Amino acid sequence: MSFTPRDGLIAVVKRDCPTCELTGPVLSELAERVSLQVYTPDDPSFPENVPDRIDDTDLDVSHRLKIEVVPTLIRMERGREIDRTFGWNRGEWERVAGIAGLGLELPDSRPGCGAKNIEPGVIERLKIRFNETGLKSRRIAVGEDEDEQEAMYERGWSDGLPLVPPTEERVLRMLDGTARDPQEVIGLIPPALQPATVEKIAVNAVMAGCKPEYLPVVVAAVEAVLEEGFAMHGVLATTMFVGPVLVVNGPIRRRIGMNAKGNALGQGNRANGAIGRALQLVVRNIGGGRPQEVDRATLGNPGKYTYCFAEDEEGSCWDPLSVERGMKPGQSAVTVFAGFGLQGMVDQKSREPESLARSFAESLKAMHNVKLAPCCDALLVICPEHERTFRNAGWSKARLYEELYKLCEIPGAELVAGAKGIAEGGPASIAGKTVNKFRPGGLMIVRAGGGAGMFSGIIGGWSSSGPRGSIPITKEVRN
Amino acid sequence: MTVLLDPTSEQSPTIRPRLPRPEKLDGLTIGILDIAKARGDVFLKRLGERLGERGIAHKHYAKPTNTRPAPLPLQQQIATEVDLVIEGLSD
Repeated sequence: MSFTPRDGLIAVVKRDCPTCELTGPVLSELAERVSLQVYTPDDPSFPENVPDRIDDTDLDVSHRLKIEVVPTLIRMERGREIDRTFGWNRGEWERVAGIAGLGLELPDSRPGCGAKNIEPGVIERLKIRFNETGLKSRRIAVGEDEDEQEAMYERGWSDGLPLVPPTEERVLRMLDGTARDPQEVIGLIPPALQPATVEKIAVNAVMAGCKPEYLPVVVAAVEAVLEEGFAMHGVLATTMFVGPVLVVNGPIRRRIGMNAKGNALGQGNRANGAIGRALQLVVRNIGGGRPQEVDRATLGNPGKYTYCFAEDEEGSCWDPLSVERGMKPGQSAVTVFAGFGLQGMVDQKSREPESLARSFAESLKAMHNVKLAPCCDALLVICPEHERTFRNAGWSKARLYEELYKLCEIPGAELVAGAKGIAEGGPASIAGKTVNKFRPGGLMIVRAGGGAGMFSGIIGGWSSSGPRGSIPITKEVRN
Repeated sequence: MTVLLDPTSEQSPTIRPRLPRPEKLDGLTIGILDIAKARGDVFLKRLGERLGERGIAHKHYAKPTNTRPAPLPLQQQIATEVDLVIEGLSD
């Protein structure tokens, strides 16, 4: 910290760099002829023939000189840097040193090696030490004898499961995952309507277990739930089961290793698990949305820990959900849906699309209650073996939507309160009419799951689906 | 010592004290807010009738949907027109 550069030449070299080793004799020659200080970030005994070697194993000087490549040769005059070169290039070294005929026995040039002070994990520590992080969040010191996990639980930050402690290093590394300004405000998080900066989202993403490369997906998901149409406040506050369900499309899925195949909706994949969890933590911690407070859910559902998966686009005969919803092919996107749980749709015998569609429709009609229609939107997760049946018959997704909608027309008489001996139901006035289980456009279809098993899934929605309540929102994932 | 970054909005929780309950309703105007939950209107209409029988001034209001907070203009209208509010929270 007390580093004051002396006029003359400064070299930063490390032993673990063949080009630095190569320049050893040149440095020794320079040391005899001019003022030369050599800083060594890895081995203070290197280079042996230079007398004025300075230990920089704490990397302070390397950091303050912003060294990116070793060897670096710098000329200082009157306390200011006036010239610099890195790697070995005879002409460049001669210019910086102001001496001709350097290292004549050496090749003309050699590229250098990466400097130690910019290695991942090191640069973050140096930025923290020099107070250069730019992070604005309040610092909370946890005592040496205090358990970090317990400290976080006590502060109410957890969804019930242990968290990754959001240290400055981890948050800095997380922010490397996006090109966005950490202080950019993505929106106001309900219910407290508090600003979600990229930094605050990153802090929660760290706690959720995200890798930096997941952050753009988390930010896109936050943008999506904050769209007016999604009604995040209502989705949180409702007594019903729902929470945000995330479907990820496009190349980002494979880049970050998301699971769209076997057990896509289950446990075991870090990206699926952590991204959905990060969104929930953002709502909890930034927005102040907590169960039995503004979150009035009667039962909730396990997806409120995390509910995020990728569509299995490869090999599907259908457009990905994102493309169907206006994104370009090859564009990464997140779709949010106010949904809950999973109702299995088992059909191992249908080999014709008509039969399989009827299976889906009859199962869909049970959602919420067989007596309720229209009830809510639904997200169908169709497994590859079921998709194959539609593919072989040439059924487009549009055709399937159309057929399912038709099959979900229900005679009003079956839905009237009291019919089937069930008090739940609609008014007597619908008795002579036909009522659809869904609003037009209330179904979404994605393909996911393992290659074996004729087991699709229905993710039910909110009784306030549609423009009056919540509609699905798709957002592009931007870096 | 570990230093953690606060994941919250860093708002110190402030508990707002409740307004004192009025001693009596005479002379006050009561707002009746239907938040658009099923059958809330039936219950609140009856409540209005009962207040009317006792000669208590009251005004009915309705939110367009129960899924969102009341629109700001409605909140402001209620705040300026009545002294206290009764609302039906759920069906």
